[in-house]
Amino acid sequence: MVFEPKILGFLCNWCSYAGADLAGVSRIQYPTNVRVIRVMCSGRVDPVFIAEAFMNGIDGVLVLGCHLGDCHYISGNYEAELKMKMLGKVLSMINFADRVRLDWVSAAEGNRFAEIVTEFTEHIRKLGPSPIKNDKLKKQILDNLSATKFALCDSRLRALVARQRELTTEGNVYGNIIPIEEFEEILDNAIENEFIRHKILEKIKNEGKSVPEIAKEIKIEPHKVLQHIVTLRARGLVDVDQINEEIPTFISIKEV
Amino acid sequence: MSNEDIRIGVFICHCGTNIGGVLDITELIEYTKTLPNVAYSAGNLYTCSEVGLSNIRENIKEHNLNRVIVASCSPRTHEPLFRSTCQEAGLNPYLFEMVNIRDQDSWVHMKEPQKGTEKAKDLIRMSVYKASLLEPLEKMQVSVIPSAAVIGGGIAGMNAALTLANQSFKVSLIEKDSELGGLIRHLHKTYPTNEDASNILETRNLAESHKEIDVYKSATIEKIEGYVGNYKIVILQEKKMIEIEVGAIIVATGARVLSPEGYYNYNGKTIISQLELEGLLKENSVNAKNIAMIQCVGCRNEERRYCSNICCMTALKNAILIKEQNPDANITIIFRDIQAQGVTYEEYYRRAREMGIIFIKYLPDKPPIIKEDHLEVYNEFMNQVIGIPHDLVVLSMPLIANEDSERLAKMLKVPLEENNFFLEAHVKLRPVDFATDGVFVCGSAHWPADISESISQSNAAASRASTILSKEMLEVEGSTAEVNPDLCIGCEACIKICPYSAISKDEETDTAVVNKVVCKGCGVCGASCPQNAIIIHHFTSDQIIAEIVTYGGGD
Repeated sequence: MVFEPKILGFLCNWCSYAGADLAGVSRIQYPTNVRVIRVMCSGRVDPVFIAEAFMNGIDGVLVLGCHLGDCHYISGNYEAELKMKMLGKVLSMINFADRVRLDWVSAAEGNRFAEIVTEFTEHIRKLGPSPIKNDKLKKQILDNLSATKFALCDSRLRALVARQRELTTEGNVYGNIIPIEEFEEILDNAIENEFIRHKILEKIKNEGKSVPEIAKEIKIEPHKVLQHIVTLRARGLVDVDQINEEIPTFISIKEV
Repeated sequence: MSNEDIRIGVFICHCGTNIGGVLDITELIEYTKTLPNVAYSAGNLYTCSEVGLSNIRENIKEHNLNRVIVASCSPRTHEPLFRSTCQEAGLNPYLFEMVNIRDQDSWVHMKEPQKGTEKAKDLIRMSVYKASLLEPLEKMQVSVIPSAAVIGGGIAGMNAALTLANQSFKVSLIEKDSELGGLIRHLHKTYPTNEDASNILETRNLAESHKEIDVYKSATIEKIEGYVGNYKIVILQEKKMIEIEVGAIIVATGARVLSPEGYYNYNGKTIISQLELEGLLKENSVNAKNIAMIQCVGCRNEERRYCSNICCMTALKNAILIKEQNPDANITIIFRDIQAQGVTYEEYYRRAREMGIIFIKYLPDKPPIIKEDHLEVYNEFMNQVIGIPHDLVVLSMPLIANEDSERLAKMLKVPLEENNFFLEAHVKLRPVDFATDGVFVCGSAHWPADISESISQSNAAASRASTILSKEMLEVEGSTAEVNPDLCIGCEACIKICPYSAISKDEETDTAVVNKVVCKGCGVCGASCPQNAIIIHHFTSDQIIAEIVTYGGGD
């Protein structure tokens, strides 16, 4: 059977959705694979939505907004761009970054909308079905995607992205502007940490384990594991399970 | 409301053959009946007709529906209509959802009806899942400042200002030039009446002397903020900043003529533009006997694909005027296609032919070549090159968008089309509206328009603006953001990110609060909140995720 990609499109109400309508009015034909969710602004698209889409077997996601500078809400599409860049970093860790595309379509670009949909459908067709549909890989991929979702829900990472423009252009509360390279590094670090924390939580989901045990299982130095355990405990996700001969074991106390 | 109480009615529109001719409506109706919470599902020939609308109202009552879905065209054009139908039947208008199975389905998958039907099933299912989670919302009331700003003081702007002022609305007419009048100031006579342009310019005196109109000349717009009913505009005039407050804005900034420099050896003496010819006619100093006019110079080409609409009639007019004065003059109009639509303009064209004005068609890939004393043009019908003597060549240059239209569009948050003309909300249904509430467009700012078109459009824009200005209170969107104070940690990320400064901090509780009147419901704060503490009503995360899950999960 021919693989028909399942594609989800988030279209902003003012430009890209209107562009898609114009493609219709102009009777421009394009592949049937995209299902559209209308949002008022591309900046409304929470990266978590996209993790959710992949967890539910969708093969590719398009996010379309107004051209930069033309946003109906002044700056919403700039925020969308920052969010999608961050999402790209997260998804590249699990080899899914290729399945998301952010682009701009104006209300006058019916043709462009049809072209983007056609190209993206072909692109996903070439990539093949989402690996989640492969029974052998399914568990692994789901684990990866739930780690992704965990990272995307993390308040520190979200705060960093929400403040990116402010921190890199206006400066923080002390008036210090963070150079973009440095900011990227902080972001990369935050993403990596969230993935590790998710791994830790997975290991102590059903039984308590000590720091050295976890360190051995996920191949990370024990002092780093301890730091993550402290953070997770502060977030109320982990607690001490037992203390055996002065060595505590930790267990996950909340479904994530 | 518990889950069992939800009763969704799904109305699937044939839209004549627009949808019904491609998608299998019967299959869609049967499929919809299998979806959870669907209490009623049926088709309509035209859901937006009175029959269709009363059908919705009746079924809401008969089947006790508390959610309505219409699967038809685009919510961008028809959502307001169906929402008010729901309201008439006593249903909160926010308990309505629309599925676009025409513009984004049947019209774009005409050759793949089966796949199109499958797509429509998915879209309807997604909408049913979202509808189950919809919540009733209330619209907010805002007061309206009963005055308007008209940007641009050409014929369209002056007329729009007068139309509003004659209804006793205060109008600020803002013109960047040192005098009102726009392009008409440079014209000699006007088609199709051959009336003096100066007569039409009388409007200028009316506008300047009207007690309800404040005219700002040599003035530019520096800043626009606010929302429908309550705009603040900062005008810069003679190094002074003036702030005005208005309820509606009309864009009538017009267009400019493309410079003839560099086209057909233009020299400003023997090879001139149509606009320069107007000047010569005004001074009564056209001495040439052999005159050739070339149409479509610098447009309908790769760079500028459009037809400038007014140049054919302008050329006809100037040719007729010259011929009337000097019947011995030989006038040739070298054209690609003559645009003279409507009875009056058609008649005008016939008159030009009867007067002996010669029309020769040229092909875009074989444009006329201007030689020393004659001009050569290849004619397809005769399949030969024709030589035309000339002592004056007139180039018809198109109207092009103003240089500052981009800047203004950004300030107003309205779109431009590919040639930088302003783009209306809908080409047929909302020709002088912008998608942004309270902002309207008329005249050549929208597209090259002649005087009568400019006047009709400016009357239209003024009447659309008065639908806002005549109200004391206005309803604004109920789908806004709301902060859950229990989850908010007061980090202020949303306050910084909101483009409308609609969010502030409640110092007592140390949490963020949304001003619902100022909030536009874009949802950016919700997608950014580190704590997930912001609900974007009508586009909640739960609703969107429900759509995603059912699309992904349903095969």
